[in-house]
Amino acid sequence: MNLLESLCSRIAALLQRSQMNADLEDELRSHLEHRADDLERSGLDRATAERRARVEFGGREKYKEAIHRELGGSSFTTLMRDLRFAVRVLRKSPGFAVTAVLTLALAIGANSVVFGVLNALILRPLDVPNADTLYMLQHGDEASSYQSYPDYLDLRNRNHSIEDLVAWGADVASLDSGGDPSLIWMESTTGNYFDALKLKPYLGRYFHASDEHGMNSAPYVVLTYSYWQDHFQGDRRVVGRVVRLNKHPFTVIGVAQPGFSGTLMFFNVAMFVPIVNHAQFGSGDDLIKRDNRWIFMLMGHLKQGVTRAQAIGDLNAVGADIQRMYPRDNGKLTFTLTRPNLYGDYLGRPVTAFMAALMMLSSLILLAACANLGSLFAARAADRSRELALRLALGSSRLRILRGLFTEAILISLAGGSLGLAASIGLLRGLSAWRPFTRWPIHMPLTPDAKVYVLAVLLAIVSGLLFGAVPVKQVLRTNPYGVVKSGSTTRPTRRLGVREVLLVVQIAICAVLVTSSLVAVRGLARSLHSDFGFDVQNSVLVKTDLSMIGYTPERAAQMEKRMMDGIASIPGVESAGLIDHLPLGGDDGEDTLVFADTTTDLRTPNAADHPDRFHISPEYLHAANTTLVAGRGFTGHDDQSVPLVAIVNRHFAIKLFGSVPNALGRYFKFPDGKRLEVTGVVEDGKYDNITEDPKSAIFVPLLQFPSSSTNIVVHSKRDPEELSEAIRNLLRRMDSELPVYIATRYKDLDTMLFPPRMATLSLGVLGMMGAILSITGIFGMAAYSVSKRMKELGIRMALGAQRGEVLRAALGRAVRLLALGSATGLFLGLLASRVLASIVYQATPRDPLVLAGVVLAMALLGLFATWIPAQRALTINPLILLREE
Amino acid sequence: MPDQAQLLPGTLDLLILKAVSLGPLHGYGVLLRIAQITGQALLIEQGALYPALFRLVRQGLLKAEWGTSENNRRAKFYELTAAGRKRFSEETESWNRLSTAMTAALAAQVEEV
Repeated sequence: MNLLESLCSRIAALLQRSQMNADLEDELRSHLEHRADDLERSGLDRATAERRARVEFGGREKYKEAIHRELGGSSFTTLMRDLRFAVRVLRKSPGFAVTAVLTLALAIGANSVVFGVLNALILRPLDVPNADTLYMLQHGDEASSYQSYPDYLDLRNRNHSIEDLVAWGADVASLDSGGDPSLIWMESTTGNYFDALKLKPYLGRYFHASDEHGMNSAPYVVLTYSYWQDHFQGDRRVVGRVVRLNKHPFTVIGVAQPGFSGTLMFFNVAMFVPIVNHAQFGSGDDLIKRDNRWIFMLMGHLKQGVTRAQAIGDLNAVGADIQRMYPRDNGKLTFTLTRPNLYGDYLGRPVTAFMAALMMLSSLILLAACANLGSLFAARAADRSRELALRLALGSSRLRILRGLFTEAILISLAGGSLGLAASIGLLRGLSAWRPFTRWPIHMPLTPDAKVYVLAVLLAIVSGLLFGAVPVKQVLRTNPYGVVKSGSTTRPTRRLGVREVLLVVQIAICAVLVTSSLVAVRGLARSLHSDFGFDVQNSVLVKTDLSMIGYTPERAAQMEKRMMDGIASIPGVESAGLIDHLPLGGDDGEDTLVFADTTTDLRTPNAADHPDRFHISPEYLHAANTTLVAGRGFTGHDDQSVPLVAIVNRHFAIKLFGSVPNALGRYFKFPDGKRLEVTGVVEDGKYDNITEDPKSAIFVPLLQFPSSSTNIVVHSKRDPEELSEAIRNLLRRMDSELPVYIATRYKDLDTMLFPPRMATLSLGVLGMMGAILSITGIFGMAAYSVSKRMKELGIRMALGAQRGEVLRAALGRAVRLLALGSATGLFLGLLASRVLASIVYQATPRDPLVLAGVVLAMALLGLFATWIPAQRALTINPLILLREE
Repeated sequence: MPDQAQLLPGTLDLLILKAVSLGPLHGYGVLLRIAQITGQALLIEQGALYPALFRLVRQGLLKAEWGTSENNRRAKFYELTAAGRKRFSEETESWNRLSTAMTAALAAQVEEV
């Protein structure tokens, strides 16, 4: 019979099943009646004859089943029957079923969430054509892609391996589209951007290389689809409209394809503008100066037939040429090619490492859940041994019983799997919609795809088979006659069985998770109270950019002065100071090369240091509560009319001048030859990120080095909400077009604290799951061992055993396993925490609080899990028990 | 009951085909006919007949139709189809070959070897 025919017959059989069943019943009844007729004729009365006929016929159900098998479609009907039976059995013990389903839902949910994130961030290619040949140019010696525009042009024109090299930098602009001005993020991209990425516009057109005719020649914007939806309500007439960016008119020429918002996957800009117009958002030098590496990313498709290694070789050759031609501006210029999705290795490497670790942990959790359910199933099979033995004795095959057990297991695992998957889809969708930072257009596109669903279902089935397989041996060994005669045949064994080993493994996993989440929490808590070099409490930030709305540098300086004076006069404000960009503000900090005073050849290789450089007003140090350890702060007299001065941090002072006192009054030079005198030294702080090592920083007075980006740090003990409102009103009165961002200093650190917070959160959640699983595991085992040994315990009590002895007998084993597992887990957890230190600042496992916490947590967990079984063991009434048996 | 032989595997189908080839029968009738033609020498569990009957119907060797029996009861009657008749003669022939060979083999004496 060919496949189609067999399929048809199966379907037909299915459709005709009830009809056939009735037919079959009729026929069998007819047979019995004929036989009874014969028997009656031989002298029996009708009732006896009918009974005799039924006995002679044999196992009616068995033959009916055999007939169904003959009829095809049988596997399906058997399956349905098995399923119905499994549902019935499970419904009889809802507690067991619910526990099992929830356990699996947790474990599979955790796995699909972690895999969903892993899949979205690492496995899934960018949503652009031929993503597999698209690479980012990463520096050979550091994980970044920064380049200057002239270097980009040389790289593009001289290389022979990249089809069409594109570049983009991130810009912020004040957008006025007829309503309230708002700050938006955009990619300033080279003209060839969309063509090189082979993208098609959703609406209108993209700009092309041919639109570039020199500086500010292409006032066009392309909106991203989501920004167009959110802010222009999907209005198709938007194409051709003129909007104002930083007061310059730009024409909307198109809308990008849905889902495309740049090649950095978590960074969602509002629009794209041609890079030749970048001067309208940044500095005019940006497109000219070779040492101004502001372009964020260079990328392109490999030419057909060129391998990655060949391309790297080619780019390095070009880099060496550029370095030879412009030795003043360029250090060593080497490249490697990485994926743009997570900005190459910069985020790619830590994210991959962290997600891989999480994936491992969550699969361990699933394994633990399987171990748990396996022992539950084994315990149940043992408890049901009488039922199983009866079924065996009545002629059911062992295969049939095993099939039944597996059906139950798979049913539970599928139910748990779907529940877990549903929850994880909800969670991933929620995470995708989440915008963790107000100041940054960052969100993670984590929407699950088919791979996640398939994985969840596969995991469910595999785990069902895994824990379903645990009681197999037990069933195969069941001796029906023995069991029916004398009750359970399993005897407590002395050796460590598979179940015990599984439990120890599970407890160890839980302890690892508890340890690492405690380490992470402690590290996080400590990093929140560590010394940043500025005060986090009682501090409010006001950010704006005056150049965006057309202030000339002179007017900007006056305006800044007015703003500060205004804010300082708000009641409750103790001081207000200005800085061009914030330490730990998440902006690209400005760093500068610095030369010793004696150096005359001011070329890059001769630099003495490259500190972060901050431009501050005289009040800043006080407002930010940055401690001056020597010398003086700036005053209003440190302006253009006096020699240049600087305040340096301790690290810089020691590096350049040997010691703090030595630094005062000494000089250093900037690359343009300007000499600065050190007038003060401040404590070290954190500047770029929380986990960084101590690094150099210098502060220069705004009056000598003006800057248009404005961050006002306000020190006040007033309620931040109230204060923010007061500041907002004040600034609106001064200039209604000013786009402002106000937040507490603490809130603004969110960006910096995001990775350690996520790490702590995910470890904490996994740790909780591990704890829940361990509790159910220990509970299951303890409860089972108490119920198995009821009789023995009863006898012991009758013979005068004390409560302590009874408890030891009943639970000693569970407690020993708990101790063994916890110790192993603690040890492994301490090892694993070394990895954590790279994500969570000051995460150290050598912390008595962590050790005590883990021991306490595991002890509580053990107490919690064994409480009910212990109660049960203690309330045994030997008289009743012994009478019953 | 007298000593009854266990049925060899696969022979039940052939017996059913033989029984039905002598005229349409209902299930119980098939059983009686087999008992009759084998001289009650074979042990057939009554229920075991039906899976075989359904199998033969599904293979298209038998066809079934409801009718009224000699006891004036409703019963399902089976008769051979053309394919059934053909298969019956083939099976009979192959059984004969097998049984001749078996008989000859088992009857062999030392001097004949």
